[in-house]
Amino acid sequence: MEPKVNILIVDDEEVVRESLASWLAEDGYEVGVAENGARALARLPEKDWNLAMVDLKMPGMDGIELMDEIRKVKPEMIVIIMTAYATVDTAVQAMKKGAYDYIVKPFNPEDLSMTIRKIIEHQKLVKENLYLRKELKKQYRLHDMVSKNHKMIEIFELVKTVAKSNSIVLVQGESGTGKELLSRAIHMESPRRDEPFVTVSCAALTETLLESELFGHEKGAFTGADQARSGKIELAKDGTLFLDEIGDISLKLQMDLLRVIEQREFRRVGGTQLIPITSRIIAATNRDLTKAIEEEKFREDLYYRLNVISVRIPPLRDRKEDIPLLVEHFLGRFNIEMGKNVDGLAESAMRLLMDYGWPGNARELRNVIERAMVVAKGRMILDADLNLPQASGSPGVKDRRGKSLSEVEKEHIRQVLAANRWNIVRSAQVLGIDRVTLYNKIRKYELKKEPVLNT
Amino acid sequence: MIPDAMLRKLRDYLRDYLSLPVRVTRNMPVPEGSYERSRNQYHSTRILREILTETPADAIKIVGIIDKDLCIPILTFVFGEAQLGGVASIVSTARLRQEFHGLSPDDGILFERLVKEVLHELGHSFGLIHCSDRECIMYLSNTVRDVDRKKTTYCGSCDTALYRKSETWRE
Repeated sequence: MEPKVNILIVDDEEVVRESLASWLAEDGYEVGVAENGARALARLPEKDWNLAMVDLKMPGMDGIELMDEIRKVKPEMIVIIMTAYATVDTAVQAMKKGAYDYIVKPFNPEDLSMTIRKIIEHQKLVKENLYLRKELKKQYRLHDMVSKNHKMIEIFELVKTVAKSNSIVLVQGESGTGKELLSRAIHMESPRRDEPFVTVSCAALTETLLESELFGHEKGAFTGADQARSGKIELAKDGTLFLDEIGDISLKLQMDLLRVIEQREFRRVGGTQLIPITSRIIAATNRDLTKAIEEEKFREDLYYRLNVISVRIPPLRDRKEDIPLLVEHFLGRFNIEMGKNVDGLAESAMRLLMDYGWPGNARELRNVIERAMVVAKGRMILDADLNLPQASGSPGVKDRRGKSLSEVEKEHIRQVLAANRWNIVRSAQVLGIDRVTLYNKIRKYELKKEPVLNT
Repeated sequence: MIPDAMLRKLRDYLRDYLSLPVRVTRNMPVPEGSYERSRNQYHSTRILREILTETPADAIKIVGIIDKDLCIPILTFVFGEAQLGGVASIVSTARLRQEFHGLSPDDGILFERLVKEVLHELGHSFGLIHCSDRECIMYLSNTVRDVDRKKTTYCGSCDTALYRKSETWRE
């Protein structure tokens, strides 16, 4: 059932109070009356009033004064000013002071019904909007990241705690999951937020370049070093140093970095002076570091140095519930950046996004939405605007909808057999079943080797 | 004046529809002091009070039918008025007439509108409030257009509510 709508009528004339109250009661509203401003203010705490209908001319406190007082106590309450004497001046004054509407007695019943219904509708929307905003802020947001996945929310909570410390953080996750965004969030949540956030992309540079990029160099340290330069560690000062793709650095540099982290001081390339490190270090990688250690591509001691606080961001395919939320987030941002007015996605387009595997994670989703917004013609993004890559790893994904399990199985076996040129042993391996089972299924589904052309 | 024939027709209609005994009482003069000179209309609440004093001892509800245009202080006009959950109600035929809207008289249309408004005010007398179903008798009509859109019946839930509230008198 809809909640009751409470209306407070304030008028010094009894006949007005009574007739308005009974007319509104017939419409199902809960009505209270007050004969003057003081009485009205005294009745305010009684209920959650939606609306006050206030007479402009009353002895003592007039309608405008009363409206001011109401707004101090209950700013969300809507006030309509009623008057028997319509002048443009008073109407303008009332509206300027924040009256929702201004009506002249006697009212046309149709106008009055319409005005009140409009107010109720408006209030419902305002309440809903406030609620939604609060929900969005409360649970799903950490700076530029949004999620309603419980693992992500746990990470957001962890970030807020971790941010206050100076410990090294290791952020792991597939590419595009938002490792840098999360690291920036840690920085922004930390007391270092007004200091620099310096990113070093370790994979992009050769060993020597990376070394000088990190530590800086003195004049003449190597060919072309015609003047001294500070490295990124120095630039980060009291801020945060973000070492992206840490899994890609050479073993020699890993050793240098380990020493620097342990001693919290370093030398520029070709320099002698020891420079202390005051920044906080966050490292990120999309590689499986434990595997890299097994393969002796990553130093175990550096791993333990970095892995003080570890955050692993789940891939988008494991948190598909975030897709609509992220879409909304990106739409909002690109609408502003591109000056566009795209409201949302067609239902079928959203379904395509939900069905897709997102190997490139949230970044890929962002790019898909950005492109779609460029090409979208109307206020809606349609299927054709999306341009999703065909899922090559899982052929026929889209066709599966509405098919029975055995139909899908039959089709899958047919495709695997075709891909392996009917080599039963290999096909059985791919399918993860033994040969006999595969033969049985071929018979059951009456699969036949099709003549292969152009081989 | 409302023609006697129309009143009798209304009486029979209400009796059949509500399954309650209905009778027409004596004509009542329009109460003095209900006329609002500045508005050239009649104050329906004042008339309602007079009607209340005329209620026969054995009547559970009383409806006044008047051909004058009615108003209340806050509204430019009303088709009728009732005491919510009370005894008396009143309906005006003034704005239900085609002539009021510049059309030629039509008793059939007038009667249908009158039935709807009387059932509407009686609904209030039995404690019903306005209904959100545009076709229900209890939908708030601010114009004859609204009245004409309504059916001459209550919607399911209003009908049930009315039946329950009038049950005690229907033996």
